[in-house]
Amino acid sequence: MKLGFLVDLNLCMGCKGCEIACKVENEVPLSSWRLRVKYIDIGSFPDTSRSFTPLRCNHCENAPCERICPVSALHYLDNGIVNIDSERCIGCAGCMMACPYGAIYMDPESNTADKCTYCAHRIEGGLMPACVVACPVEANIFGDVEDETSQISRYIMEHQGDIQVRKPEKHTNPMHYYVGGGNNTLNPQAHERIEGYGLFNNITKLDQIGAPNHSILDRFLDPIFGNHNDHLTNESFIDMPNGNGEHAEDSDDKGGH
Amino acid sequence: MDHVSTIEATKAIVSMDVALPGIIWGWMITLNMWAKSIGTGVILVGAFLLYRHKHEEMPSLRWTMPLISFIALNVFLFFTLIDLHQPLRMIHIFTHPHWTSAITVGAWLASLFLVLVSIMMLTSFFTHFSEFRKDCAVAKAVRSKDGLYEKVFPFTVFLAFPVTMYTAIIMSQSAARELWVPGAELIQMLLAAFMVGSASFILIADKWSDSVKKDLAMVLGFSVSFSFIMYMGEYFFSYKAAEVEATLAYVHAGGEYFASFWAAMVLGYIIPFFITLRMSDNRTMMKFAAVTTFIGLYLVKSTWLEIPQMIPLS
Repeated sequence: MKLGFLVDLNLCMGCKGCEIACKVENEVPLSSWRLRVKYIDIGSFPDTSRSFTPLRCNHCENAPCERICPVSALHYLDNGIVNIDSERCIGCAGCMMACPYGAIYMDPESNTADKCTYCAHRIEGGLMPACVVACPVEANIFGDVEDETSQISRYIMEHQGDIQVRKPEKHTNPMHYYVGGGNNTLNPQAHERIEGYGLFNNITKLDQIGAPNHSILDRFLDPIFGNHNDHLTNESFIDMPNGNGEHAEDSDDKGGH
Repeated sequence: MDHVSTIEATKAIVSMDVALPGIIWGWMITLNMWAKSIGTGVILVGAFLLYRHKHEEMPSLRWTMPLISFIALNVFLFFTLIDLHQPLRMIHIFTHPHWTSAITVGAWLASLFLVLVSIMMLTSFFTHFSEFRKDCAVAKAVRSKDGLYEKVFPFTVFLAFPVTMYTAIIMSQSAARELWVPGAELIQMLLAAFMVGSASFILIADKWSDSVKKDLAMVLGFSVSFSFIMYMGEYFFSYKAAEVEATLAYVHAGGEYFASFWAAMVLGYIIPFFITLRMSDNRTMMKFAAVTTFIGLYLVKSTWLEIPQMIPLS
């Protein structure tokens, strides 16, 4: 069994339902994402269009994150999912450096790396990933790519010639496919990133990796004496410097994204 | 979520579609690589000097070499540790090693290297300072094992090579950052070690023979010039993936890191090269060259580490 994902971008309408379902299902903290829907505006007024691309971990067959992880916190499950054991993770961020898709983040609450696991906990219970369930147009198709009778396999066969993966030149063999994708949607270099002219005026950027206001000393003391950020909730992040966009320009100066 | 509803629409917060973090590996990793270069460099250059010269020409080498290496390696390991977000779990690298990871292999090699350097440091220190803790049982025991120094030294020199270079393999495993070409990085790591290894000895070589000082100037001169040529090749001419090309074009055009890269080239490479070429007999200028080498190497390590992290990945 080799589980894979396929997104039909012709169907996706950018509702972000999958993004929110993922956020809720996996309690992904604010400032982090496992699945995001990238908006791209194409063309010049009045001849413009907006495309939507759900981005998540590709669960590569040849995953650089799994290879670089020094403690096997990132590991393969029998069904092909690249899973992560946050109890074992040492927080070296090697996986974040290795992933060509930027799909791994440092959880600001646990200070360990985290990412999409194709909702491995749901699959174990016979359920579909939360994003698949939430999609109103069934643009997210999930299943066993080694089973010729599965929906995803049939979809791939029916759309031969129009199946793409992100960054094939990296030889990571992603288990995440797109139908109807193009250079603009799948190549992060193909479009300009004009800050301040998007759907949102202040695009929040992270100054910190991992927990905000988390000192080096806390890294040693918290596992012994408890996390000093325990009182923080998602709403607390809104009041933090990165949450209100005050330091957005500082981040821009660093080159950022 | 009342708090959110009070925010004006023109100041909307993107909470679901937040961008990626900026610099993931920052100054602590730079310091890690820089200190490691010193720690291994003094062993490599020290071995070269011991091969070429008699002990009498460089009387303090026997104990200063492992001492400098020991201090630098502890700085390197300290910053490696505190850069982890879960530093107490560092032990997992030894209890749950994953051998495909260059981080794991490097951690094991560096730990073994530190053990060997510690043995050399302790035996040479207590032997050289024979009056220090003269009656202490531990000191006596260490002094009695002085012969260990010569026994472990060849293994230490041998191990210094992979410990110097394994970071280049970590960089090559960072598949998202194609500026780091493993072949070039391996040699750059080695040259960096020779640069700061010779620079370290230049600072303490006042009483060493002139021929030793000449050799130190030669090692520094050759290593900075070779490293400089490689950086120029990588910066201007090497094959690059489209995303790296775009980032370097931004840097070339005077963008961020432009100043720090060229400051590093001038301080770490051009100045030491001309001083070693023209003024190698001038002790003050040679020490100046050594200091600028340390500064330049830190700057270029920092720049080269951070440039590829500017690339948007998604």
